[in-house]
Amino acid sequence: MARNNKQKRVCMPETEPEALSFPPSPEAAVVLGGVSVTYHMAAGATYEAVAPIDVFVRDGEFVAVLGPTGCGKSTLLNMTAGLMPPSTGYAEIYGERLSGLNPKAGYLFQQDALMPWKSALDNVAIGLEVTGMARSAALAAAEAMLARVGLKGFGGRYPHQLSGGQRKRVALAQVLVRAPRILLMDEPFGPLDAQTRLIMSELLLDLWQQDRKAVMFVTHDLDEAIALSDRVLVMSAGPRSHIIGEFDVNLPRPRAIAEVRSEPEFHRLHAAIWGCLRDEVRKAYALPEAAEEAK
Amino acid sequence: MARGKLLALQILVLLVFLGVWHIGSTVPFGKMENGKPFFLLPPFFFSTPGDVLARVWKMFADGSIYRHLGITLLEAMLAFAIGSIAGVLLGFAFARRPLLAAVFDPYIKMANALPRVVLAPIFALWFGLGIWSKVWLGVTLVFFIVFFNVYQGVREVPQVVLANARMLGMNERQLLRHVYWPAALSWVFSSLHTSVGFAMVGAVVGEYLGSSAGLGYLIHQAEGVFDVTGVFAGMVILTMFVMLVDIVVTHIENRLLKWKPSESKTI
Repeated sequence: MARNNKQKRVCMPETEPEALSFPPSPEAAVVLGGVSVTYHMAAGATYEAVAPIDVFVRDGEFVAVLGPTGCGKSTLLNMTAGLMPPSTGYAEIYGERLSGLNPKAGYLFQQDALMPWKSALDNVAIGLEVTGMARSAALAAAEAMLARVGLKGFGGRYPHQLSGGQRKRVALAQVLVRAPRILLMDEPFGPLDAQTRLIMSELLLDLWQQDRKAVMFVTHDLDEAIALSDRVLVMSAGPRSHIIGEFDVNLPRPRAIAEVRSEPEFHRLHAAIWGCLRDEVRKAYALPEAAEEAK
Repeated sequence: MARGKLLALQILVLLVFLGVWHIGSTVPFGKMENGKPFFLLPPFFFSTPGDVLARVWKMFADGSIYRHLGITLLEAMLAFAIGSIAGVLLGFAFARRPLLAAVFDPYIKMANALPRVVLAPIFALWFGLGIWSKVWLGVTLVFFIVFFNVYQGVREVPQVVLANARMLGMNERQLLRHVYWPAALSWVFSSLHTSVGFAMVGAVVGEYLGSSAGLGYLIHQAEGVFDVTGVFAGMVILTMFVMLVDIVVTHIENRLLKWKPSESKTI
């Protein structure tokens, strides 16, 4: 128990959310102010998944949200996307209060979210067509975007004819072709094998480097979080999960994923963040028994 | 197994079947007490393969069958079209309006539980002995298959595909067109074999119970005069006809559902 407290102190002097740096500066791309999520369960019971927390993402900043499984990381994204209203608190996008869907955000989901009945090209083009763009122009833009993600000539394929990695590339093209200012990514490379993940991470960094969107990248992979981001937020295990750590990643850009892992700074950060995360991961796995005891 | 070998074995089964039938119905197996030859399969009850084939041939040769085929096909197609359109529209409406679905749920279940054959006489009364009583019988069969498939299909669009489509900026109308509609259609097409088959059943059963033309009428007429050869000939033509329709349906299905993964293909 003593060890537990010590570990918490390593990553954050105080466990209160107010202790986090929260300057909702006017230039912030995303501000989540005091957001919490409470689910209403059967028989009038409530489950507070996320305690009130403050999160912000600066314009052009790549923020990784790290946490054990089931801690409400995806919930943060859904609130920023406007897919889910917070129970308390507010979301602000470039200074504007968010109500309804977030039109400035592109969302890359963890699961396959392509429309299986549309070809890769149509899947990418549809995001432009629905804005009223002429079909021929939309197709041309989609074609160019598919080429940028390395799928030149694959436009005619249907999702089931593509590999998992290729489908992710199409999904990335689908999001990027609409030129969102904010990119929300929910463990996008989670289901891929290790080599494909590495390639996809490099592709992502490469594309991001070109126009520096604000990114909220949810992951449970520590290496991925450090290698990609400017700042890592660590979330505690649920229920009432909150942010327990915040680390600036001062690795030079542009980065090469494979090389950045050998930097001493990477190892320092890795040790520090893991120290913060370890007990939370354990808690997440121990949770079912703890819940039993509580009864 | 090689395709050729499989086909050879399948043909062998047919030949054995026809052979047994032929021998049983044409080769005498001793004599009965009254001196007449005894057959294992008396031709009066079982006819003979030769007679049946000759009758089928004759029906096509003198052209008398085409009118009946045409009428049955027309009834089945009308039943399929009307049943499908009604099924798609109502399936859509129910899936998108939960209140509607909740209110009508017990009645839909009741209607579906009713064996549709009992409706045939009442339909004959309402719509006469022409093609419409058969069409409506077919509609009651086709409708429920399409309806349940569309209902299921629209409700089971993966949440993540929907969320993604909304994040891509689709409004409600665009969601309907680009997400719900294709999802529902794919279910309609995957039930195409069943619904086309039921459309045929509706037509033939309706004709059988009271009509003046069609394959069901032919079979019923032959039965009425103990013309077993005619019954079998009608059945053979009906079977070949349904198989032909099924091939056409498979062809259409492959064209329309080319985005669907086939189970054998792995990438």
